[in-house]
Amino acid sequence: MNVMIITKPKELECLVKSIGENPVFIIGCSECATLCHTGGEKEVLSMKEKLEKKNIKVTGWVVLDPACHLLNDKRLLKKHKNKVEQAKKILVLACGNGSQTVSEIIKDAEIIPGNDTLFLGEIKRLSEFEKRCDMCGECIQDLFGGLCPVSRCPKSMLNGPCGGSIDGKCEVNSEVDCIWDMIYKRLKEKGQLDRLKEIRAPKNWSKSLETRRTL
Amino acid sequence: MVYKSNLERVLSDGKFAVTAEIGPPKGSDPDKITSKAEIVKGCADAFNITDNQTAVVRLSSMGGCCILLKKNLEPVMQITCRDRNRIALQSDVLGAASIGIKNMLFLTGDHQSFGNHPDAKGVYDLDSIQLIQIVKNMRDNGIFQSGDEILSSNPDVFIGAAANPFADPFELRVDRLEKKIDAGAEFIQTQSVFNLDKFNVWMDEVRSRGLDKKVYILAGITPLKSLRMTERMKFHVPGVDIPEEIYNRMKKAEDVKEEGYRVALDLINEVKKIKGIHGMHITALFWEDIVPSLMKESGLLPRP
Ligand code: SF4
Ligand code: SF4
Repeated sequence: MNVMIITKPKELECLVKSIGENPVFIIGCSECATLCHTGGEKEVLSMKEKLEKKNIKVTGWVVLDPACHLLNDKRLLKKHKNKVEQAKKILVLACGNGSQTVSEIIKDAEIIPGNDTLFLGEIKRLSEFEKRCDMCGECIQDLFGGLCPVSRCPKSMLNGPCGGSIDGKCEVNSEVDCIWDMIYKRLKEKGQLDRLKEIRAPKNWSKSLETRRTL
Repeated sequence: MVYKSNLERVLSDGKFAVTAEIGPPKGSDPDKITSKAEIVKGCADAFNITDNQTAVVRLSSMGGCCILLKKNLEPVMQITCRDRNRIALQSDVLGAASIGIKNMLFLTGDHQSFGNHPDAKGVYDLDSIQLIQIVKNMRDNGIFQSGDEILSSNPDVFIGAAANPFADPFELRVDRLEKKIDAGAEFIQTQSVFNLDKFNVWMDEVRSRGLDKKVYILAGITPLKSLRMTERMKFHVPGVDIPEEIYNRMKKAEDVKEEGYRVALDLINEVKKIKGIHGMHITALFWEDIVPSLMKESGLLPRP
């Protein structure tokens, strides 16, 4: 797997504050969070150590396989039933979805998300991730040479670039490539610049499942 | 012919049009607008009111335009896609048209991270080109974006857009202008012109595609008030291109304000000569008092 949900760890101080009452049981995830180094076994154990240094008691831990799999979670958590029950707080080092899968199973203790969930992206290099998709519900990247301006242009422009694109960089952050500059270069390479002359209609955001929750 | 606005009249008559920008205040005091308007009154054919420019919260463009209308000045209402979705945007176009605002200029908008509320959620439901097309369709066909019909009175808008000849990729810049024209733009205000060479390359391409016959182009003029402002614009404002020559003039000047005034005057006289340029848009923020003499010295007074 090299596309995944990218997360980043919350600040320890901030976590200690939201944990408040302890003891805590820590949950990690074997997939995305492991690859992001935000919730694999290593991070779970180091979190345990850090919390204990702050005088927060940890009853136990488990790395779910993966956290977003309801049935697997139920099965794995059964084995830790006692330790989970001793805990007042469950610290989940997974993505926002994983934490909610866990909160569906563990009802008595409070769930604390230990990570901030950022985007769906790919791993460029070890520990370097790039946002590639906002999961908008209607993929139109074929119109742009296979590059997505919905998720990668801060203004989601479908008729870009804006007037701030300079030297191939985005006006919002000069360390980020302007996706519209990339679209331009790719279509030019393919001899398909004509595609950019067509006015792209407003996006149908209702496809984004905003009003539905299950498929 | 019946013109939608005074600005359209001046442009249709083939006169060199002038629009001037009035930045609304960070507060609700209407006098801040009327006092600036008093200064520039008679110097321009219409007056732009910006829409929370650089994403800093200010008195709204619709409010500002109302104040100008009360003073019998013709506004150009700027509308950005940053803060409103298609429902609010279309509604504002109807509301503005209903109180007599005729000129509207549609922009995607500066990103919220530049302003005084960087934590805000940007909307960007539409981009400027889509919004222009929607407004044209509302005006000409009485149809909302969804396909629903306007029931009473289509908004009679003179449609404006912005263009930046100095941004990258340069080759796409005329394409984008063309796209805005195809969408329905009738007049264009450009990014501030400082780099005349680059502007002329852009205009050559504009003319060779015949676009100057399809749309009125107003060149942006921004007088540089200080060295600090020059440096801020040169190094920190995305999409602004101040060439070394002008930067050096400002650096070496004994009287920087005087030099800034001279630079602006030179630029006005140069853009006036460019074939296919139909007017200019002057932005002298917090320096409105130089506009009258600038207009006079460049032979642009009285206004038609
Ligand atoms: S168009 Fe939508 S689904 Fe396709 S990559 Fe972009 S955000 Fe994802
Ligand atoms: S510079 Fe490019 S990526 Fe950044 S907001 Fe403008 S068009 Fe989008």
